[in-house]
Amino acid sequence: MKKTAKIATGIMLVASLALTACGAKNNNNTNEGASPVASSPAASEAASPASSAGAGKKFAMVTDVGGVNDKSFNQSAWEGLQKLSKDTTAEVRYLESKEATNYLTNINQFVREKYDLTWGIGFLLGDAITEAAKQNPDAKLAIIDSVVEAPNVESVTFAENEGSFLVGVVAGMMTKTNKIGFVGGIDIPVIKRFDLGFEAGVKAVNPDAQIIKNYTGAFDKPDLGKAAAATIYNDGADIIFHAAGGTGNGVFNEAKERKSSGKQVWVIGVDKDQSIEFGDDVTLTSMLKRVDEAVYRISKDLLDGKFAGGKVTVLGLKDNGVGLPETSSKNVPADVLAKVEEYKNKIISGEITVPTAQ
Amino acid sequence: MNKVIRLFTKDSAVVPLVAIVLGLIVGAIIMLFGGYDPILAYRSLLKKVFGNPYDFGETLTAITPLIFTGLSVAFAFRTGLFNIGAEGQYIVGMTGATIIGVQVNAPWFIHAPLAIIVGALCGGFWGMIAGYLKAARGVNEVITTIMLNWIALHLGNYLVNTFVLEPGKGRSYFVDDSAAVTIGWLSRAMDNARIHWGMFFAILAVIFVYAYLWRTKSGYELRVVGFNPDAAKYAGINVNKGVVKAMFISGALAGLAGVFQLLGVFLNQPISAGHTGHGFDGIAVALLGGNTPLGVLFGAILFGTLSYGAAGMSFGADVPPEIIRIVIGSVIFFVAAPGIIRWVLKQLRLRKNKGEVA
Amino acid sequence: MNKADTVVEMRNITKRFPGIVANDRVSFELKQGEIHALLGENGAGKSTLMNILFGLYQPDEGEIFVNGEQVVIDGPNKAIKLGIGMVHQHFKLVHPFTVTENIILGSEPTKGLAVNYKSANEKVANLSKQYGLNVDPTATIDEISVGMQQRVEILKTLYRGADILIFDEPTAVLTPQEIEELLVIMRKLVEQGKSIILITHKLKEIMAIADQVTIVRRGKWIDTLPVAGMNPNQLAEKMVGREVSLKLDKKSAVLGEPVLELDKLVVKGRQGLRALNETSFVLRRGEILGIAGVEGNGQSELIEAITGLRPIESGSLKVLGTEMAGAKTRKLSEAGISLIPEDRHKHGLVLDFPMRENMVLETYYLPQFSKGGFLDYDAIDAHAKRLIAEFDVRTPGIHTPARALSGGNQQKAIIAREVDKNPEILIAAQPTRGLDVGAIEFIHKRLVEQRNMGKAVLLISFELDEIMQLSDRIAVMYEGRIVGEVDPAQTSDEELGLMMTDFKAPQGGGQRE
Repeated sequence: MKKTAKIATGIMLVASLALTACGAKNNNNTNEGASPVASSPAASEAASPASSAGAGKKFAMVTDVGGVNDKSFNQSAWEGLQKLSKDTTAEVRYLESKEATNYLTNINQFVREKYDLTWGIGFLLGDAITEAAKQNPDAKLAIIDSVVEAPNVESVTFAENEGSFLVGVVAGMMTKTNKIGFVGGIDIPVIKRFDLGFEAGVKAVNPDAQIIKNYTGAFDKPDLGKAAAATIYNDGADIIFHAAGGTGNGVFNEAKERKSSGKQVWVIGVDKDQSIEFGDDVTLTSMLKRVDEAVYRISKDLLDGKFAGGKVTVLGLKDNGVGLPETSSKNVPADVLAKVEEYKNKIISGEITVPTAQ
Repeated sequence: MNKVIRLFTKDSAVVPLVAIVLGLIVGAIIMLFGGYDPILAYRSLLKKVFGNPYDFGETLTAITPLIFTGLSVAFAFRTGLFNIGAEGQYIVGMTGATIIGVQVNAPWFIHAPLAIIVGALCGGFWGMIAGYLKAARGVNEVITTIMLNWIALHLGNYLVNTFVLEPGKGRSYFVDDSAAVTIGWLSRAMDNARIHWGMFFAILAVIFVYAYLWRTKSGYELRVVGFNPDAAKYAGINVNKGVVKAMFISGALAGLAGVFQLLGVFLNQPISAGHTGHGFDGIAVALLGGNTPLGVLFGAILFGTLSYGAAGMSFGADVPPEIIRIVIGSVIFFVAAPGIIRWVLKQLRLRKNKGEVA
Repeated sequence: MNKADTVVEMRNITKRFPGIVANDRVSFELKQGEIHALLGENGAGKSTLMNILFGLYQPDEGEIFVNGEQVVIDGPNKAIKLGIGMVHQHFKLVHPFTVTENIILGSEPTKGLAVNYKSANEKVANLSKQYGLNVDPTATIDEISVGMQQRVEILKTLYRGADILIFDEPTAVLTPQEIEELLVIMRKLVEQGKSIILITHKLKEIMAIADQVTIVRRGKWIDTLPVAGMNPNQLAEKMVGREVSLKLDKKSAVLGEPVLELDKLVVKGRQGLRALNETSFVLRRGEILGIAGVEGNGQSELIEAITGLRPIESGSLKVLGTEMAGAKTRKLSEAGISLIPEDRHKHGLVLDFPMRENMVLETYYLPQFSKGGFLDYDAIDAHAKRLIAEFDVRTPGIHTPARALSGGNQQKAIIAREVDKNPEILIAAQPTRGLDVGAIEFIHKRLVEQRNMGKAVLLISFELDEIMQLSDRIAVMYEGRIVGEVDPAQTSDEELGLMMTDFKAPQGGGQRE
């Protein structure tokens, strides 16, 4: 008990530190790894000033059908590669996939052009990466959100359930109607992890809250997202957490319309700090999933000769792979953030096990 | 030899060729406005399509479904029906093949043909619904086929979800090898391009549509119904039966597009939120080809080449895929507006004549 | 008459189309206050000439003078400005609009920004009264008869200030009564100072109303002469370029047994009312039975009932003694019924199909043309070639689409096909509608030939002349019933006309003043 109290005070302290750090948007704090709530733009930014380590090296990524401007994980991944290019002068490119048949051909385009590493962004590219890895044993590949068992593929997944748990805490504490919505993309394990973690987080702080779930079946259909959000808000929910990529843009759209007609509704964004894109009048907070970070880190590993084919990297709270952005403090009161911090530490320490999905 | 020359100097041959050239020029102008290098872009396109055996093979794979859906639309059109539902028939055909491919165990010489036949019948049945509604209730087939597209999409998802879903993958199980129609040796010879028997069937389908419509008794009946249903009635031909039959054949052709995409390319069927667009592209292909079987073949080659080459343009000249859609769109525009082309040709001829006089 | 009286003069007009000279140095002169007929077969170049006058085509050579001034007419607007108006054969009216709205279309009188309907209605009503047209300005086009629609077209030209009116085949769509009324209107127009050009190939009309006639043949001017003192045979000869017999040589009928018997046949029409109301008649071998009647009195439904296209509510239909009520079209066709349909474009041909495929439209499935599900194009081609030769169908070949043939040749092709089926009963519905003298002569001969061969011919026509000339017996149809039967040798147009309207006075306005 004593120990808990100690941790709690520690959290309070750090939280307040983080809050002050937010006010002055200073990217130069080298000790941000210790900053628990806010996972700041780039953990490794300070580590590498521009070098020419990547000169002559070529990195590429293939988006899913959402396209590179999905304001979500494809875009985040591309930001990671752009940063890599800036830091190391490596050549980076992307190809957008118009339809599912393009996944494999787009990957092969890069493989054939002898790119040093080709990323498949998203669960949907899992089969294509598997196939490409089989066909081209010499090529180096990597995939986000899916596990591909091949000696030349590095897989990255995230503990979305952990991060979602934290935004669930925010939602559970801040709902006024006791009704909270969840809009998912396709019903696949990745999204299920968001769903289950979020639900657990809400229930942990507000066991009476009702959660209305809706899987739209797509990551690239804002119209479906908008329709789903409209239904959920109509049912009385005041906060929606979306884990639906480009489809989620429609959720924001709907929220903005309601906001402008005078109703206070919130959206919890996903993957990136979506308050930057959609404004903090409707964005309560976001469940950051540092795809950019993962893409950057593993690409950088390759430059450093540390590419580990066959390895599966799971990035969770403790790795800062998921979390809440600094900007959360705009709309989320300090006491809620403190609670978030409390749970975060409990998860990291293993005191709480967040349910997950395979 | 003279015959050949006459064939190519005939309006019917010159007009589409000029339309393509004009479309490419308009595309080039748009690229120039956008700050892209059109010559590099078109060279990249050609390089992407013909540059190596892999991409060439993949281009053939991209063309194949377009031949089927193009034939489907053209066939319906020849019989006086506007089949907007190739998309839905494609999905239903694919679903039928998936279920047979996954659930049935049989030697290859039974399994693959069974999957193909069942898929074609499913597509045909789906088309027949619209045909029946038109014949029995007078419901316009344009409306019913559009509606049936959406029903097909969700029915397909439901069936995959219920009967053949691989848990946690968001798609069906892979079909058995015995059901696949891939051509291993040819794929290997073409650097693993996804070559399959579908393209040979597509050529057969071109011949079939020609022979059926212009050589058989029942094809003759359908054409009479299509061009002049009143005269068909006066000649004692059963118009309603003709409509149902025509929609069945049209639907089966579109269904085969889905069948071969599945058994030859994907080998599994994803749960998808939106249409693939192959059915809608079929309308454009039929238009490009003037609703003749041979024209559809060329139209599909053009359309498929441009679509597949699009990735090359965006890879080689950084042209975004949207611009490529504009190029394709302007080609179709000019083909669909032969009046414009004839006017251009007339102006050219006039100028030539004037030049001769002067 | 002096030169000042000439309102339109076209001198040596030449117009070439690819492969054909439509007008070859044609001259034409219209005097003030006259009705000048332009006579010629289909394709003789009369429409081309008038389209040049109305500004739709530009002549390659030649000059046009209007009221003595040389003019270039580069479009219909210019023609209208010059006081030239055209009443088209196919009306160009917007159906849901009212008469006034149609008339003012394109030159609406405005009051501020709004259309001034009141003044427009008044103006239309005045014009209508002045020329005895009796058109209700506020009725919509849908509500008025074809004859009235034509008057709206006439009003349109008058409203735009036309002094020179071109009538393009104006009687093609009219009933006998409406034709009479039109002729009255035309006379009235001339009385009030208008001048009229009448494009036609109907000799009877020319004899009845025209002052002058100009004859063109194959693009060339043949003659211009006053109508008075001419007879129809002379005009026909000049038009066709050879001797034509307008009278048919007809032996008296040799009647055989009945082949088609209708007994109290009831059929519903489009609105669900009885279109055939207990119609009964008998058709025998070796006769031509003419069905006379005003359009819309059940003739179309009669044809559809006999050919199985329209369900029979009650009554009996016997073909060769066998009850066939309710049989399908194909069964009736196989039982020996052939039909020359009234609308050859809509019902008789597939215009986009080549001739060879049109010639087997009803017989393609028979073993002689089709083997194992496949069509035998050798047999089909041979069949088409034979019919085209036998019936003198002028076509570049069996692969030419039916659309490319002239109306007369299309009709010949249909008759060839139907007669070649060797039917017991040949139904000819409006077989010469819109055709020229040469084609009419040919078709009439063929019908009589069939009758002489012992076939039964049922002739349905709105042209009284045709009925009178061809029929051995005339049955008059009125409101879905056969109201009387007469012997053509012992009746007159007047008697028939009265029977056709069931002894009632002609309906509609026009003659009342």
